Formats: sequence, structure tokens, C-alpha cells
Amino acid sequence: MIVKYAYYPGCSLEKTQRGYDESVREVFKALGQELLEIEDWNCCGATMYMSVKETVSLAVSARNLAIAEKMGLDILAPCSSCFTVLLKTNRILHEMPEMHRDVNEALAEGGLRYDKTTRVRHPVDVLMNDIGIEAIREKVQQNLNGLKIAPYYGCQIVRPDKTFDDRENPMLLDRMFNACGGESVYFPMKVRCCGGMLMTTFEDTALNLNKDILQCAVENGAEAIVTTCPLCHFNLEGYQGKINKVFGTKFNVPILYFTQLLGIAFGLPAKSLGLDSSFIPLGNKITSLAEAHYA
Amino acid sequence: MTRSEAELRQTFLKHVEAVPAGERIKRCIQCGTCTGSCPVSYAMDISPRQLIALFRAGELETIMNSRSIWICASCYACTTRCPSGIKITDLIYALKRTEMEKNLKSKAPQVQLMAKLFIGSLKNLGRLHEGSVIALYYMRTDIFKLFGYVPLGIKMLRTKRLAIFPKRIKAHQSLSRIIRKAQEIEMRHAPEKLEYSPEYVGYRGLGEMKLESRKGV
Repeated sequence: MIVKYAYYPGCSLEKTQRGYDESVREVFKALGQELLEIEDWNCCGATMYMSVKETVSLAVSARNLAIAEKMGLDILAPCSSCFTVLLKTNRILHEMPEMHRDVNEALAEGGLRYDKTTRVRHPVDVLMNDIGIEAIREKVQQNLNGLKIAPYYGCQIVRPDKTFDDRENPMLLDRMFNACGGESVYFPMKVRCCGGMLMTTFEDTALNLNKDILQCAVENGAEAIVTTCPLCHFNLEGYQGKINKVFGTKFNVPILYFTQLLGIAFGLPAKSLGLDSSFIPLGNKITSLAEAHYA
Repeated sequence: MTRSEAELRQTFLKHVEAVPAGERIKRCIQCGTCTGSCPVSYAMDISPRQLIALFRAGELETIMNSRSIWICASCYACTTRCPSGIKITDLIYALKRTEMEKNLKSKAPQVQLMAKLFIGSLKNLGRLHEGSVIALYYMRTDIFKLFGYVPLGIKMLRTKRLAIFPKRIKAHQSLSRIIRKAQEIEMRHAPEKLEYSPEYVGYRGLGEMKLESRKGV
């Protein structure tokens, strides 16, 4: 059965994190799901707008919920920050009728209205809970041959609202990649915060947080870190060199989006998964896995 | 309590009211689980637990003079672990909004600058243009750091990950109208007169404690 989703890529996925966007689209296509991009979507406001104005931040993100409602589809939001903001907006509008009224009054200025019927979903949730681990296992063309991975969930997909996985020790990604023949390592930092925007505003603090995460993964034998969030991904990938310089470490860990690794397991062409956009060399093992099927 | 403290309190309480279950701040038992769970509390000058203690003591001014609230990256570790179900992250957002609304001089002005640039991009384009926001940020804080970003910029160009030109959404005018209206609505909720009382400490002013069940905590 073809299921359609109102796809909300978010600002990061448009360009800087194109690998996530491309691989989400490919993986969902391979599983026979259809993603229809929300027409003319706007930025969700991330954590920044929440710090300044409440009603405005809710109205800005509710505009996307309203457009998806018109499409009659649930939203699929891969970026953790977008996911949390849209989910939180939905929850506040459900819990506070006055706020819902205010937001609708603002949306009316743009000829929109939101009746709270849109659901916000994350790809991890849809893949594991709707499509299911069996369907994923059937799709595997390229066994991951025991590749050791540290699944890094980050903070925003499992918190603050209990949504689809445990808040302290989520397991869905672990199960997903174990089903593909990979091996998830012991990784107690899986939901530790990467600092997000702090990398710009409080760099020392953020570098420290990311060093801890990298160290935890490496010491537990991970050959790659798998991410679900563009911010985590950029911090761990783009700043790995700087961390090495500041702390005298020698990290050289490939950072992959979970959909990229899943795409490799499905035997999808490396190029279509945006693997060419990585800053850190993927290493022999992952490269040979990615190429084996098409060699 | 000074007049400025009373004004701060009134603004903060208005923002707390807009947080679902915000009144649970009354249930704080000062256990410190929030501080222990916070990955950045070591870098704060006032810990999350102390923030609530200071609010109770009528010391919001002290909070506004710290950099703590701006270090919070909103990972929600405190909120999910609080045994009293207090929405600490949302309360920190309420503190941030109080400081922004009152235009106070912050100990972490760079975060406020970042927020303003981010929102500027959103208002202008309807989307975030990362390149220009980051460039403007470093131009106004530390221009030399911007040069340090050149290698990363080149890497991004090479991997086709750098959007050089900003893109504007088609409905940006309609989005601006929505934002303007929402701002207007927000102003409507501003309290008209200052309730100024020297005894305004503890949880005074937080309305009746709702005896809600613990479901949904």
C-alpha cells in the first residue's frame, strides 16, 4: 500500500545537509512510500523564535501544519529540531484553546486556518513502527557485515514529549541496524546533547560536549556514528578536526545519517544517498559496502 | 522588592502562564535532578535548580544578570527527569523571553544576537539562510573567526553543500502578515497595570495552584 506524507525537509536539509534529504527520499521511495513536499513551506523557527516571542513562534510553525492539513496528510519531518518544534506547536494548540484561537487569528491573515488534525511524524518512527522491521529486513540487499555503529539519537527526537521511543535508552535505531547485519555498540551517550547552536555562541562548551560523544563512541569500538539530526551531524562532522586540534585527540570517525546507512543496506547507489557530501572519508569498510552491490 | 523586580516578575509570570503546566514550578522540591542531568550546567554561573530558588526568593534580577539561561541548548534532559514534572526547559524559555521583552543587557549578548539574526532571516526570506546568518554573526562578534571558517566553507562548496544565494519563499508577504498579526495579539496579552507588592515572593502571583492529577507528567 502506498502511504503518502507531507514532507517537510526544513532549511538545513535544503543544501548544507543534502545527504539527509537525498537519502530520506531514496529510502522511502525504495519502500514504496510517497513523499509530497509541502508547498512553499517556511522555517519552523527552531529554538530561536521560542526564545523571543511565544505567539509568533507558534503561528510561524503552525503555518506549515495548516498547509499539510489542507493536503490531508501527516507531516514527515526528518530534522530533529523541526520535528520537535512542529510537535510542540501541535501539543500546545491542543492543550490551550486560547492559544489555538490566537494562532488561527494570525493565520487568517495569510488565508489559512488550522483545525489540529495534522500529525507530525519522524522517519525513525514511520520506518520502525508503521513499515516495520520485517519489511526492512526483506529489503536488505547488502548485509552490513557486522559493521560496528554508534546510533546517536540526540536530544530532540525522543524528548521532551514521549513519542515513539524511550527517552533515556531508545532502541529503534539499534534494532534497525542489527536487522541489516550491523552491530550497535554500547553507547551510553546516545541521547546526550551535542550543544546544537552553542557551537556558534558558546564554542568551548559545545566542543567539549562533542568530544565526549566522539570519545564514547570510539572507545566502545564504533566504526561509524549514525545520526538523525542535521545539527548533531554538522557538529560531529564539521568540527571533528577542530576537536582534534583543541583536545589533542585523533578522531577520524565517519558520520552518517541513518537513512544513508539504511540506503547502503538496501543496495541503493551511493551517489543517490548523498554519500559524496561527507567531509570525513567513509573508510574502506563502508565504501566497499556502498559499492559492493553495484560493482 | 524593588519596582524593577516587580516588573520583571509580572512579565515572567505572564510568560509562565503561556506554558502548558507552567504552574508546576510550585512543586519544586529543590532536589537538583535538573542540575545533575544538565550537560552544560558545569558552564553555568547559576544552576537550573538555583534558578527556581532565586525566582522564589524574588531575585529575578540576579537571574537576568547571569549567563545561565542562554547556555541552555534546550535538550530537555531536565524536563524529562524532573520528579515533580516541572517544565524546566519551557520555564527557561520564559526567562529568555522576559529578558528579550525587557530589553535587558545580557551577560551573553551573542546568543541574543544569534536569535535576532536567525529571526531576521526568517522574517525576510521565510527560511533560514545559514551562510548569511553565520557570516553576519561573526562580522559583529569576532571578524577573525570568520576567516577561520574559510577552510570549512571551501569543503562545503566542494561537496555542494553551500547555498550562496538566499532563497525566498513565494508567500513571504503572507507570512509577514501572519507574523505582524501574531505580534499584535501578543501585545494584547500584556498586563495593563503593574501589581506591585513588596510581599511578592515565593509563588505569589502564580494564580491558584491547580490540583491536577499527575497524568501526563
